Amino acid sequence: MNISNLSKEPLPVKAKAPLAKRIIPCLDVKDGRTVKGVNFVDLRDAGDPVELAWQYSQQGADELVFLDITATHERRKTMVELVKAVARQINIPFTIGGGINEISDADILLNAGADKISINSAAVRNPDFIDELAAAFGKQFVVVAVDTKLVEGTNLVHLNGGRIATEFETEKWIKEAEERGAGEILLTSMDHDGTKAGFDNSLLKKINDTISIPLIASGGAGNVQHFIDVFEKTNVDAALAASVFHYGEILIPSLKEELRKHNIEVRL
Amino acid sequence: MENAVVHIPNLSLGNTQSVANMIKRVGGEVIIAMTPEDLSSAKKIILPGVGAFDEGMNELRDQGWIDVLNKLVLEKKVPILGICLGMQFFFEGSEEGELPGLSWISGRLKRFVSTHEDPIKIPHMGWNALNVYRRESIIPEMEEELRYYFVHSYHAICGDVDDLVATAHHGSDITAAVQRNNIYGVQFHPEKSHTFGMALLKNFLSVKC
Repeated sequence: MNISNLSKEPLPVKAKAPLAKRIIPCLDVKDGRTVKGVNFVDLRDAGDPVELAWQYSQQGADELVFLDITATHERRKTMVELVKAVARQINIPFTIGGGINEISDADILLNAGADKISINSAAVRNPDFIDELAAAFGKQFVVVAVDTKLVEGTNLVHLNGGRIATEFETEKWIKEAEERGAGEILLTSMDHDGTKAGFDNSLLKKINDTISIPLIASGGAGNVQHFIDVFEKTNVDAALAASVFHYGEILIPSLKEELRKHNIEVRL
Repeated sequence: MENAVVHIPNLSLGNTQSVANMIKRVGGEVIIAMTPEDLSSAKKIILPGVGAFDEGMNELRDQGWIDVLNKLVLEKKVPILGICLGMQFFFEGSEEGELPGLSWISGRLKRFVSTHEDPIKIPHMGWNALNVYRRESIIPEMEEELRYYFVHSYHAICGDVDDLVATAHHGSDITAAVQRNNIYGVQFHPEKSHTFGMALLKNFLSVKC
Protein backbone atom coordinates (compact mmCIF):
# COMPACT_ATOMS: atom_id res chain seq x y z
CA MET A 1 0.00 0.00 0.00
CA ASN A 2 1.33 3.40 -0.91
CA ILE A 3 0.57 6.16 1.50
CA SER A 4 1.41 9.71 0.53
CA ASN A 5 4.07 11.34 2.63
CA LEU A 6 1.55 14.02 3.39
CA SER A 7 -0.72 11.73 5.32
CA LYS A 8 0.94 12.32 8.66
CA GLU A 9 1.22 15.69 10.33
CA PRO A 10 4.78 16.66 11.15
CA LEU A 11 5.43 17.33 14.84
CA PRO A 12 7.03 20.77 14.97
CA VAL A 13 5.37 22.44 12.03
CA LYS A 14 7.42 25.11 10.37
CA ALA A 15 6.54 27.18 7.36
CA LYS A 16 7.10 25.35 4.11
CA ALA A 17 10.49 26.78 3.34
CA PRO A 18 11.48 26.82 -0.28
CA LEU A 19 15.00 25.96 -1.26
CA ALA A 20 17.50 28.52 0.00
CA LYS A 21 19.01 30.86 -2.56
CA ARG A 22 22.69 30.02 -2.78
CA ILE A 23 25.57 32.46 -2.35
CA ILE A 24 28.63 31.22 -4.20
CA PRO A 25 32.08 32.76 -3.99
CA CYS A 26 34.12 31.98 -7.09
CA LEU A 27 37.84 31.47 -6.78
CA ASP A 28 39.94 31.86 -9.89
CA VAL A 29 43.05 29.77 -9.43
CA LYS A 30 46.31 30.04 -11.31
CA ASP A 31 49.33 27.91 -10.44
CA GLY A 32 47.71 27.01 -7.15
CA ARG A 33 46.94 30.58 -6.04
CA THR A 34 43.69 32.53 -6.08
CA VAL A 35 43.43 35.42 -8.49
CA LYS A 36 40.65 37.63 -9.76
CA GLY A 37 40.89 39.84 -12.76
CA VAL A 38 38.88 42.97 -13.28
CA ASN A 39 37.26 42.20 -16.62
CA PHE A 40 39.60 39.21 -16.70
CA VAL A 41 42.68 41.36 -17.28
CA ASP A 42 45.09 42.71 -14.66
CA LEU A 43 45.11 39.78 -12.23
CA ARG A 44 45.59 40.40 -8.54
CA ASP A 45 46.56 37.79 -5.97
CA ALA A 46 44.05 37.15 -3.20
CA GLY A 47 45.61 34.19 -1.45
CA ASP A 48 45.65 30.50 -0.85
CA PRO A 49 42.56 28.81 -2.34
CA VAL A 50 42.19 26.19 0.37
CA GLU A 51 42.49 28.76 3.15
CA LEU A 52 40.01 31.03 1.39
CA ALA A 53 37.63 28.12 0.82
CA TRP A 54 37.72 27.21 4.48
CA GLN A 55 37.05 30.81 5.48
CA TYR A 56 34.09 30.96 3.14
CA SER A 57 32.58 27.73 4.43
CA GLN A 58 32.85 29.09 7.98
CA GLN A 59 31.23 32.36 6.94
CA GLY A 60 28.22 30.59 5.46
CA ALA A 61 28.99 30.32 1.75
CA ASP A 62 26.58 27.73 0.35
CA GLU A 63 28.88 26.41 -2.31
CA LEU A 64 32.19 27.24 -3.95
CA VAL A 65 33.33 27.38 -7.54
CA PHE A 66 36.99 27.04 -8.49
CA LEU A 67 38.02 28.05 -11.97
CA ASP A 68 41.52 26.96 -12.86
CA ILE A 69 43.04 29.35 -15.35
CA THR A 70 46.51 27.84 -15.29
CA ALA A 71 47.75 27.68 -18.85
CA THR A 72 50.62 25.23 -18.49
CA HIS A 73 50.76 21.51 -19.12
CA GLU A 74 50.92 21.04 -15.37
CA ARG A 75 47.33 22.18 -15.04
CA ARG A 76 45.68 18.82 -14.79
CA LYS A 77 48.01 17.82 -11.98
CA THR A 78 47.58 21.07 -10.07
CA MET A 79 43.78 20.88 -10.43
CA VAL A 80 43.68 17.40 -8.96
CA GLU A 81 45.91 18.48 -6.07
CA LEU A 82 43.64 21.46 -5.44
CA VAL A 83 40.47 19.35 -5.48
CA LYS A 84 41.97 16.81 -3.10
CA ALA A 85 43.09 19.52 -0.69
CA VAL A 86 39.71 21.26 -0.78
CA ALA A 87 37.78 18.01 -0.33
CA ARG A 88 39.87 17.18 2.73
CA GLN A 89 39.21 20.54 4.38
CA ILE A 90 35.78 21.70 3.27
CA ASN A 91 32.35 20.23 3.92
CA ILE A 92 30.22 22.24 1.55
CA PRO A 93 29.74 21.38 -2.11
CA PHE A 94 32.18 22.68 -4.69
CA THR A 95 32.51 22.84 -8.43
CA ILE A 96 35.74 22.82 -10.40
CA GLY A 97 36.16 24.14 -13.91
CA GLY A 98 38.82 25.22 -16.34
CA GLY A 99 39.96 23.43 -19.44
CA ILE A 100 38.07 20.19 -18.82
CA ASN A 101 37.60 18.67 -22.26
CA GLU A 102 37.85 14.95 -21.82
CA ILE A 103 35.79 12.42 -19.90
CA SER A 104 39.00 11.28 -18.22
CA ASP A 105 39.60 14.81 -16.85
CA ALA A 106 36.15 14.81 -15.29
CA ASP A 107 36.58 11.31 -13.93
CA ILE A 108 39.82 12.17 -12.15
CA LEU A 109 38.39 15.37 -10.66
CA LEU A 110 35.21 13.71 -9.42
CA ASN A 111 37.21 10.90 -7.87
CA ALA A 112 39.45 13.48 -6.20
CA GLY A 113 36.34 14.81 -4.44
CA ALA A 114 34.76 17.49 -6.64
CA ASP A 115 30.97 17.58 -6.45
CA LYS A 116 30.46 19.10 -9.86
CA ILE A 117 32.54 20.02 -12.85
CA SER A 118 32.01 23.08 -14.96
CA ILE A 119 32.60 23.12 -18.70
CA ASN A 120 32.55 26.08 -21.04
CA SER A 121 34.54 26.20 -24.31
CA ALA A 122 34.72 22.42 -24.56
CA ALA A 123 30.91 22.26 -24.64
CA VAL A 124 30.65 24.93 -27.33
CA ARG A 125 33.30 23.28 -29.49
CA ASN A 126 31.83 19.82 -29.00
CA PRO A 127 28.25 19.90 -27.69
CA ASP A 128 28.16 16.09 -27.53
CA PHE A 129 30.57 16.40 -24.61
CA ILE A 130 27.61 17.49 -22.45
CA ASP A 131 25.68 14.33 -23.34
CA GLU A 132 28.72 12.18 -22.71
CA LEU A 133 29.39 13.67 -19.28
CA ALA A 134 25.74 13.41 -18.24
CA ALA A 135 25.62 9.78 -19.34
CA ALA A 136 28.87 8.92 -17.59
CA PHE A 137 28.36 10.70 -14.27
CA GLY A 138 24.77 11.95 -14.07
CA LYS A 139 23.36 15.36 -14.89
CA GLN A 140 23.90 16.74 -11.43
CA PHE A 141 27.67 16.71 -11.98
CA VAL A 142 27.55 18.79 -15.11
CA VAL A 143 27.53 22.57 -14.86
CA VAL A 144 27.58 24.32 -18.21
CA ALA A 145 29.17 27.74 -17.85
CA VAL A 146 28.19 30.30 -20.45
CA ASP A 147 29.91 33.65 -20.98
CA THR A 148 27.63 36.02 -22.81
CA LYS A 149 28.13 39.43 -24.37
CA LEU A 150 25.79 41.72 -26.27
CA VAL A 151 26.80 42.11 -29.91
CA GLU A 152 24.65 44.45 -31.99
CA GLY A 153 21.60 43.77 -29.87
CA THR A 154 22.03 39.99 -29.68
CA ASN A 155 23.41 38.04 -26.75
CA LEU A 156 26.13 35.81 -28.11
CA VAL A 157 28.13 33.11 -26.35
CA HIS A 158 31.78 34.10 -25.98
CA LEU A 159 34.86 32.03 -25.28
CA ASN A 160 38.22 32.65 -23.62
CA GLY A 161 37.00 35.10 -21.01
CA GLY A 162 34.97 37.10 -23.50
CA ARG A 163 37.68 37.51 -26.11
CA ILE A 164 36.26 35.22 -28.78
CA ALA A 165 32.71 35.64 -30.05
CA THR A 166 30.82 32.61 -31.32
CA GLU A 167 27.75 32.43 -33.51
CA PHE A 168 25.76 30.76 -30.74
CA GLU A 169 22.84 32.79 -29.46
CA THR A 170 22.99 32.63 -25.68
CA GLU A 171 19.36 31.74 -25.05
CA LYS A 172 19.29 29.00 -27.68
CA TRP A 173 22.60 27.57 -26.52
CA ILE A 174 21.46 27.36 -22.91
CA LYS A 175 18.27 25.59 -23.98
CA GLU A 176 20.35 23.14 -26.01
CA ALA A 177 22.71 22.55 -23.09
CA GLU A 178 19.73 21.76 -20.87
CA GLU A 179 18.34 19.30 -23.40
CA ARG A 180 21.71 17.62 -23.76
CA GLY A 181 22.00 16.97 -20.04
CA ALA A 182 23.37 19.99 -18.21
CA GLY A 183 22.39 19.83 -14.54
CA GLU A 184 22.92 23.52 -13.93
CA ILE A 185 23.79 26.68 -15.87
CA LEU A 186 26.33 29.26 -14.72
CA LEU A 187 25.64 32.38 -16.76
CA THR A 188 28.21 35.19 -16.73
CA SER A 189 27.46 38.48 -18.41
CA MET A 190 30.76 39.73 -19.80
CA ASP A 191 29.22 43.18 -20.18
CA HIS A 192 28.59 43.30 -16.44
CA ASP A 193 31.56 41.30 -15.16
CA GLY A 194 34.05 43.46 -13.28
CA THR A 195 31.85 46.56 -13.46
CA LYS A 196 30.30 46.16 -9.98
CA ALA A 197 27.18 47.76 -11.43
CA GLY A 198 24.80 44.88 -10.75
CA PHE A 199 23.79 41.61 -12.39
CA ASP A 200 22.23 41.47 -15.86
CA ASN A 201 18.76 41.01 -14.45
CA SER A 202 16.76 41.26 -17.65
CA LEU A 203 18.76 38.53 -19.39
CA LEU A 204 18.84 36.36 -16.27
CA LYS A 205 15.08 36.57 -15.86
CA LYS A 206 14.51 35.72 -19.49
CA ILE A 207 16.77 32.68 -19.28
CA ASN A 208 15.48 31.57 -15.90
CA ASP A 209 11.91 31.56 -17.15
CA THR A 210 12.77 29.24 -20.03
CA ILE A 211 14.79 26.53 -18.29
CA SER A 212 13.89 24.01 -15.62
CA ILE A 213 17.39 23.36 -14.27
CA PRO A 214 19.06 25.61 -11.68
CA LEU A 215 20.58 28.87 -12.88
CA ILE A 216 23.54 30.65 -11.24
CA ALA A 217 23.83 34.38 -11.90
CA SER A 218 27.31 35.77 -12.38
CA GLY A 219 28.93 39.03 -13.38
CA GLY A 220 28.46 42.50 -11.96
CA ALA A 221 27.98 42.08 -8.21
CA GLY A 222 29.17 45.23 -6.46
CA ASN A 223 27.03 45.62 -3.37
CA VAL A 224 24.38 43.91 -1.24
CA GLN A 225 21.51 45.56 -3.12
CA HIS A 226 22.65 43.83 -6.31
CA PHE A 227 22.08 40.44 -4.69
CA ILE A 228 18.66 41.49 -3.40
CA ASP A 229 17.80 42.70 -6.90
CA VAL A 230 18.91 39.57 -8.71
CA PHE A 231 16.87 37.29 -6.47
CA GLU A 232 13.80 39.54 -6.37
CA LYS A 233 13.77 40.37 -10.06
CA THR A 234 14.86 37.12 -11.67
CA ASN A 235 14.23 34.30 -9.18
CA VAL A 236 17.56 32.65 -10.12
CA ASP A 237 18.70 29.87 -7.81
CA ALA A 238 22.11 31.19 -6.90
CA ALA A 239 24.37 34.21 -7.27
CA LEU A 240 28.10 34.04 -7.75
CA ALA A 241 30.74 36.68 -7.17
CA ALA A 242 34.47 36.88 -6.63
CA SER A 243 36.27 40.10 -5.84
CA VAL A 244 33.58 41.63 -3.61
CA PHE A 245 33.99 38.60 -1.37
CA HIS A 246 37.76 38.17 -1.68
CA TYR A 247 38.51 41.74 -0.72
CA GLY A 248 35.94 41.80 2.07
CA GLU A 249 33.73 44.42 0.45
CA ILE A 250 30.74 42.18 1.12
CA LEU A 251 30.69 39.85 4.11
CA ILE A 252 28.56 36.76 3.60
CA PRO A 253 26.87 36.72 7.04
CA SER A 254 25.66 40.30 6.71
CA LEU A 255 24.69 39.73 3.07
CA LYS A 256 22.51 36.82 4.15
CA GLU A 257 20.96 38.83 7.00
CA GLU A 258 19.99 41.49 4.51
CA LEU A 259 18.56 38.96 2.07
CA ARG A 260 16.47 37.43 4.84
CA LYS A 261 15.15 40.88 5.78
CA HIS A 262 13.87 41.06 2.23
CA ASN A 263 12.13 37.69 2.63
CA ILE A 264 14.62 35.94 0.41
CA GLU A 265 15.13 32.41 1.67
CA VAL A 266 18.73 31.82 2.75
CA ARG A 267 20.64 29.41 4.96
CA LEU A 268 21.85 31.31 8.01
CA MET B 1 35.01 3.69 21.02
CA GLU B 2 33.78 0.60 19.21
CA ASN B 3 30.60 2.41 18.14
CA ALA B 4 32.57 4.90 16.10
CA VAL B 5 34.20 2.49 13.66
CA VAL B 6 32.40 2.71 10.34
CA HIS B 7 32.85 0.45 7.34
CA ILE B 8 32.24 1.97 3.92
CA PRO B 9 31.98 -0.35 0.90
CA ASN B 10 34.36 0.75 -1.83
CA LEU B 11 31.91 1.37 -4.65
CA SER B 12 32.82 3.22 -7.80
CA LEU B 13 29.56 5.17 -7.57
CA GLY B 14 30.44 6.91 -4.39
CA ASN B 15 31.90 10.03 -2.95
CA THR B 16 33.43 7.65 -0.44
CA GLN B 17 36.33 9.94 0.37
CA SER B 18 34.18 12.92 1.29
CA VAL B 19 32.12 10.77 3.64
CA ALA B 20 35.25 9.23 5.13
CA ASN B 21 36.76 12.69 5.68
CA MET B 22 33.72 13.86 7.62
CA ILE B 23 33.47 10.72 9.76
CA LYS B 24 37.07 11.28 10.80
CA ARG B 25 36.34 14.95 11.41
CA VAL B 26 33.62 14.07 13.94
CA GLY B 27 35.84 11.59 15.76
CA GLY B 28 35.03 8.33 14.00
CA GLU B 29 37.26 5.76 12.41
CA VAL B 30 36.75 4.60 8.85
CA ILE B 31 37.52 1.27 7.26
CA ILE B 32 37.07 1.17 3.51
CA ALA B 33 35.88 -2.33 2.67
CA MET B 34 37.53 -3.23 -0.64
CA THR B 35 35.59 -6.49 -0.93
CA PRO B 36 32.35 -7.86 0.58
CA GLU B 37 34.52 -10.10 2.81
CA ASP B 38 36.12 -6.99 4.33
CA LEU B 39 32.66 -5.87 5.34
CA SER B 40 31.74 -8.98 7.29
CA SER B 41 33.19 -7.74 10.58
CA ALA B 42 31.44 -4.35 10.32
CA LYS B 43 29.73 -2.99 13.41
CA LYS B 44 28.41 0.03 11.56
CA ILE B 45 28.08 0.75 7.85
CA ILE B 46 27.65 3.80 5.66
CA LEU B 47 26.49 3.29 2.09
CA PRO B 48 27.13 6.45 0.10
CA GLY B 49 26.17 6.68 -3.51
CA VAL B 50 25.84 9.01 -6.41
CA GLY B 51 24.85 8.10 -9.92
CA ALA B 52 22.14 6.03 -11.53
CA PHE B 53 19.96 3.47 -9.73
CA ASP B 54 20.39 0.46 -12.02
CA GLU B 55 24.11 0.99 -12.42
CA GLY B 56 24.48 1.06 -8.65
CA MET B 57 22.33 -2.02 -8.05
CA ASN B 58 24.26 -3.87 -10.75
CA GLU B 59 27.52 -3.04 -9.06
CA LEU B 60 26.19 -4.15 -5.66
CA ARG B 61 25.02 -7.44 -7.15
CA ASP B 62 27.91 -8.21 -9.52
CA GLN B 63 30.53 -7.64 -6.87
CA GLY B 64 28.66 -9.71 -4.31
CA TRP B 65 27.77 -6.97 -1.82
CA ILE B 66 24.04 -7.75 -1.61
CA ASP B 67 24.26 -11.06 0.27
CA VAL B 68 26.66 -9.76 2.86
CA LEU B 69 24.63 -6.56 3.31
CA ASN B 70 21.40 -8.51 3.74
CA LYS B 71 23.03 -10.72 6.32
CA LEU B 72 24.59 -7.89 8.30
CA VAL B 73 21.64 -5.52 8.18
CA LEU B 74 18.66 -7.87 8.37
CA GLU B 75 20.05 -10.69 10.53
CA LYS B 76 22.80 -9.12 12.63
CA LYS B 77 20.97 -5.77 12.83
CA VAL B 78 24.11 -3.78 12.11
CA PRO B 79 23.25 -0.05 11.94
CA ILE B 80 23.56 1.25 8.39
CA LEU B 81 23.25 4.77 7.03
CA GLY B 82 22.43 5.21 3.35
CA ILE B 83 23.22 8.57 1.80
CA CYS B 84 21.46 9.85 -1.33
CA LEU B 85 21.52 6.99 -3.87
CA GLY B 86 22.69 4.79 -0.98
CA MET B 87 19.36 5.46 0.73
CA GLN B 88 17.44 4.97 -2.50
CA PHE B 89 18.79 1.40 -2.76
CA PHE B 90 16.97 0.56 0.50
CA PHE B 91 13.61 0.92 -1.26
CA GLU B 92 11.87 -1.51 -3.58
CA GLY B 93 12.67 0.17 -6.86
CA SER B 94 12.90 3.42 -8.78
CA GLU B 95 11.34 5.05 -11.81
CA GLU B 96 14.93 5.72 -12.87
CA GLY B 97 15.58 2.06 -13.56
CA GLU B 98 14.14 -1.41 -13.85
CA LEU B 99 16.05 -3.37 -11.24
CA PRO B 100 14.61 -4.08 -7.83
CA GLY B 101 16.21 -2.34 -4.89
CA LEU B 102 17.27 -3.99 -1.62
CA SER B 103 13.64 -3.75 -0.43
CA TRP B 104 14.53 -3.20 3.20
CA ILE B 105 12.13 -0.27 3.32
CA SER B 106 8.80 -0.34 1.57
CA GLY B 107 8.16 2.23 -1.11
CA ARG B 108 9.58 3.40 -4.42
CA LEU B 109 11.42 6.32 -5.99
CA LYS B 110 9.56 8.75 -8.24
CA ARG B 111 10.94 11.43 -10.52
CA PHE B 112 10.25 15.03 -9.55
CA VAL B 113 7.58 16.58 -11.71
CA SER B 114 7.44 20.26 -12.49
CA THR B 115 3.92 21.47 -13.16
CA HIS B 116 2.66 24.66 -14.69
CA GLU B 117 0.99 25.76 -11.44
CA ASP B 118 3.98 24.88 -9.30
CA PRO B 119 7.12 24.95 -11.44
CA ILE B 120 10.20 23.53 -9.76
CA LYS B 121 13.78 23.14 -10.84
CA ILE B 122 15.04 19.60 -11.39
CA PRO B 123 17.42 18.39 -10.01
CA HIS B 124 16.40 19.48 -6.53
CA MET B 125 19.73 21.12 -5.80
CA GLY B 126 20.75 23.19 -2.82
CA TRP B 127 20.11 23.72 0.87
CA ASN B 128 16.61 22.85 1.99
CA ALA B 129 14.93 22.92 5.39
CA LEU B 130 13.67 19.79 7.12
CA ASN B 131 10.33 19.06 8.70
CA VAL B 132 11.14 16.50 11.37
CA TYR B 133 8.52 13.86 12.13
CA ARG B 134 10.49 11.67 14.46
CA ARG B 135 12.69 13.30 17.05
CA GLU B 136 14.28 10.10 18.34
CA SER B 137 16.19 9.36 15.14
CA ILE B 138 19.59 10.77 14.15
CA ILE B 139 18.47 14.22 13.00
CA PRO B 140 20.19 16.64 15.38
CA GLU B 141 18.34 19.15 17.49
CA MET B 142 19.93 22.52 16.94
CA GLU B 143 18.96 26.09 17.62
CA GLU B 144 19.33 27.11 14.00
CA GLU B 145 16.88 26.02 11.33
CA LEU B 146 18.15 22.69 10.02
CA ARG B 147 19.22 22.91 6.42
CA TYR B 148 20.87 20.16 4.41
CA TYR B 149 22.39 20.00 0.95
CA PHE B 150 20.31 18.03 -1.53
CA VAL B 151 21.08 17.05 -5.10
CA HIS B 152 18.76 14.52 -6.71
CA SER B 153 16.10 14.07 -9.39
CA TYR B 154 14.20 11.15 -7.82
CA HIS B 155 12.57 11.09 -4.40
CA ALA B 156 11.25 8.28 -2.24
CA ILE B 157 7.58 7.69 -1.48
CA CYS B 158 7.48 5.69 1.73
CA GLY B 159 5.16 2.69 1.66
CA ASP B 160 4.98 2.72 5.45
CA VAL B 161 4.63 6.24 6.78
CA ASP B 162 6.06 5.17 10.15
CA ASP B 163 9.47 4.89 8.45
CA LEU B 164 9.44 8.57 7.65
CA VAL B 165 11.78 10.66 9.82
CA ALA B 166 11.83 14.00 8.00
CA THR B 167 10.59 15.65 4.84
CA ALA B 168 11.70 18.62 2.78
CA HIS B 169 9.52 20.69 0.49
CA HIS B 170 10.26 20.90 -3.23
CA GLY B 171 7.09 20.99 -5.27
CA SER B 172 5.62 18.57 -2.75
CA ASP B 173 6.73 17.18 0.59
CA ILE B 174 9.46 14.70 -0.22
CA THR B 175 11.21 12.07 1.86
CA ALA B 176 14.37 13.59 3.33
CA ALA B 177 15.17 10.98 5.99
CA VAL B 178 13.90 7.52 6.91
CA GLN B 179 14.55 4.99 9.62
CA ARG B 180 13.35 1.45 10.04
CA ASN B 181 14.94 -0.20 13.09
CA ASN B 182 18.71 -0.29 12.43
CA ILE B 183 18.31 1.05 8.90
CA TYR B 184 18.85 4.82 8.49
CA GLY B 185 18.66 6.73 5.24
CA VAL B 186 19.04 10.36 4.24
CA GLN B 187 18.34 11.77 0.80
CA PHE B 188 20.60 14.77 1.41
CA HIS B 189 24.37 14.84 1.79
CA PRO B 190 25.42 15.22 5.45
CA GLU B 191 29.07 15.12 4.33
CA LYS B 192 28.41 18.33 2.37
CA SER B 193 26.12 19.99 4.91
CA HIS B 194 28.69 21.72 7.11
CA THR B 195 27.81 21.86 10.83
CA PHE B 196 24.34 20.33 10.36
CA GLY B 197 25.88 17.38 8.56
CA MET B 198 28.60 16.89 11.13
CA ALA B 199 26.01 16.85 13.93
CA LEU B 200 24.00 14.18 12.11
CA LEU B 201 27.03 11.99 11.42
CA LYS B 202 28.02 12.33 15.07
CA ASN B 203 24.56 11.09 16.06
CA PHE B 204 24.95 8.11 13.77
CA LEU B 205 28.32 7.33 15.39
CA SER B 206 26.66 7.25 18.80
CA VAL B 207 23.88 4.85 17.72
CA LYS B 208 24.26 1.67 19.77
CA CYS B 209 25.61 -1.26 17.82
